[in-house]
Amino acid sequence: METIKNYYFTDLSVMLGRSMRHHFRSVDTIITATIMPVALMLLFVYVLGGAIESGSNNYVNYLLPGVLLMAIANSMGYTSFRLFNDVQKGIFERFHSMPIARSAALWGHVLVSLVSNAVSVVVIILIAFIMGFRSPAGVLSWLAVIGILALFTLALTWLAAIPGLTAKTQDGAIAIAYPIHILPLISSAFVPTNTMPTVVSVFAENQPVTSIVNAMRALLNNQPVGNDIWIALAWCIGIMLVAYIFAMRAYKKRV
Amino acid sequence: MIPNEIAISVQGLKKSYKNIPVLKGVDFKVKTGSIFALLGSNGTGKTTIVKILTTLLKHDSGTAVVNGFDVASKPDSVRQSISLTGQFAAVDEILSGRENLIMIARLRHLKNPRQVADDLLKRFGLTDAANRRVSTYSGGMRRRLDIAMSLVGKSQLIFLDEPTTGLDPEARIEVWKFIKELSDNGTTVFLTTQYLEEAEQLADRIAILQNGRIIVNDTLTELKKLFPPTKVEYIEKQPTLEEIFLAIVGKKEEK
Repeated sequence: METIKNYYFTDLSVMLGRSMRHHFRSVDTIITATIMPVALMLLFVYVLGGAIESGSNNYVNYLLPGVLLMAIANSMGYTSFRLFNDVQKGIFERFHSMPIARSAALWGHVLVSLVSNAVSVVVIILIAFIMGFRSPAGVLSWLAVIGILALFTLALTWLAAIPGLTAKTQDGAIAIAYPIHILPLISSAFVPTNTMPTVVSVFAENQPVTSIVNAMRALLNNQPVGNDIWIALAWCIGIMLVAYIFAMRAYKKRV
Repeated sequence: MIPNEIAISVQGLKKSYKNIPVLKGVDFKVKTGSIFALLGSNGTGKTTIVKILTTLLKHDSGTAVVNGFDVASKPDSVRQSISLTGQFAAVDEILSGRENLIMIARLRHLKNPRQVADDLLKRFGLTDAANRRVSTYSGGMRRRLDIAMSLVGKSQLIFLDEPTTGLDPEARIEVWKFIKELSDNGTTVFLTTQYLEEAEQLADRIAILQNGRIIVNDTLTELKKLFPPTKVEYIEKQPTLEEIFLAIVGKKEEK
């Protein structure tokens, strides 16, 4: 065996710093990942909210979980896009010809997705507070909500990494963003699913975003979470593991 | 050559892409401290050889030893002792020139990343542009930064894959100057090029790759002996367009 000193965490922190700069130097990314969901929240609460029968007297409370998921989903196109650029422009080749841990470059992108989404989530929750969001949830419930959001982010990030690493064109790399964007719209995020036509409501009831939204809503309202939380966790962890395996396989093929 | 004097030793190297043989048994040696030029048309496998020697690609059979380490069994030790400047300038466009250099210095685990960066910026005439984003750099500046990034950490052996492709004549001459300086300081340079003049200007030894094999490998003087002896003829020497261009551009700059 070779005895090369291991600098994994140093390397990872350099990669993280690099991708963070990419994120925060792109006005476009910040608009899509943070400002757009806030704008949607304003739109739904102050324009459509009066007409929507959510069955709850505080529509911001009802809306917040879905808006958070939407913010996270919106940022995924950028993960694909940045990975695609690194592969195409030869930056990964440069890194891989250097004595650094091979997976550090990829994990840098994944961690940035976590950190930047955490920032977006905090900003959105603060604005929701200003708009009247209130929660009786205790520390444990909040931790559970944070955990679900982190898992959801990781699952989508690994999913977005696959086209980023394998796409032949930039358009192909970011195409993943579209189906991910649609999911929160066809879910219980904005209106109760029982108001939808049967076919749509069956889809909405059985797709990941609905159970994740319902679980978060129950946690934030101090209501019993029932099965939703387990279904939500199963979706997140399932997608994450499958996507991780395929992304890693694509990554190893690339290097 | 005694072992210490050999920077690269390649024997019977074979590589196929999906049953299409690209390298059919490549043999050559590169002396430490020399400039070795690998010539060949597009698609002959020059980049494949570079990728194998820099541990980015696995070969099918044969052996490749770089700085005394086998690329297949000791890839980490190989990476410790080499630097790669790929075919396309692998620089991070969103970062500034200085940030690019600091990033590489940190990934090479050097003690004073900032000092290393500042020294290289000065040496490559990039001090004024140091804090600008690389996306604003010209092609020549990018290539200079790219080469500067490969010099971080003072590797004993540098691979330059078509370093002047796409550069204007002035930028090309500048790059040649840096390559000569490198060699004067004892660094071994492995260069691929499709420009015969480049090999003629720089290389101590020239190898020609064709149909998956090295068909010629010699010094320029010896290569010239392959052809009939020089005859003395009187011809009017016309300036080349390159000489005219450089003369005009040079004059303008003096004004």
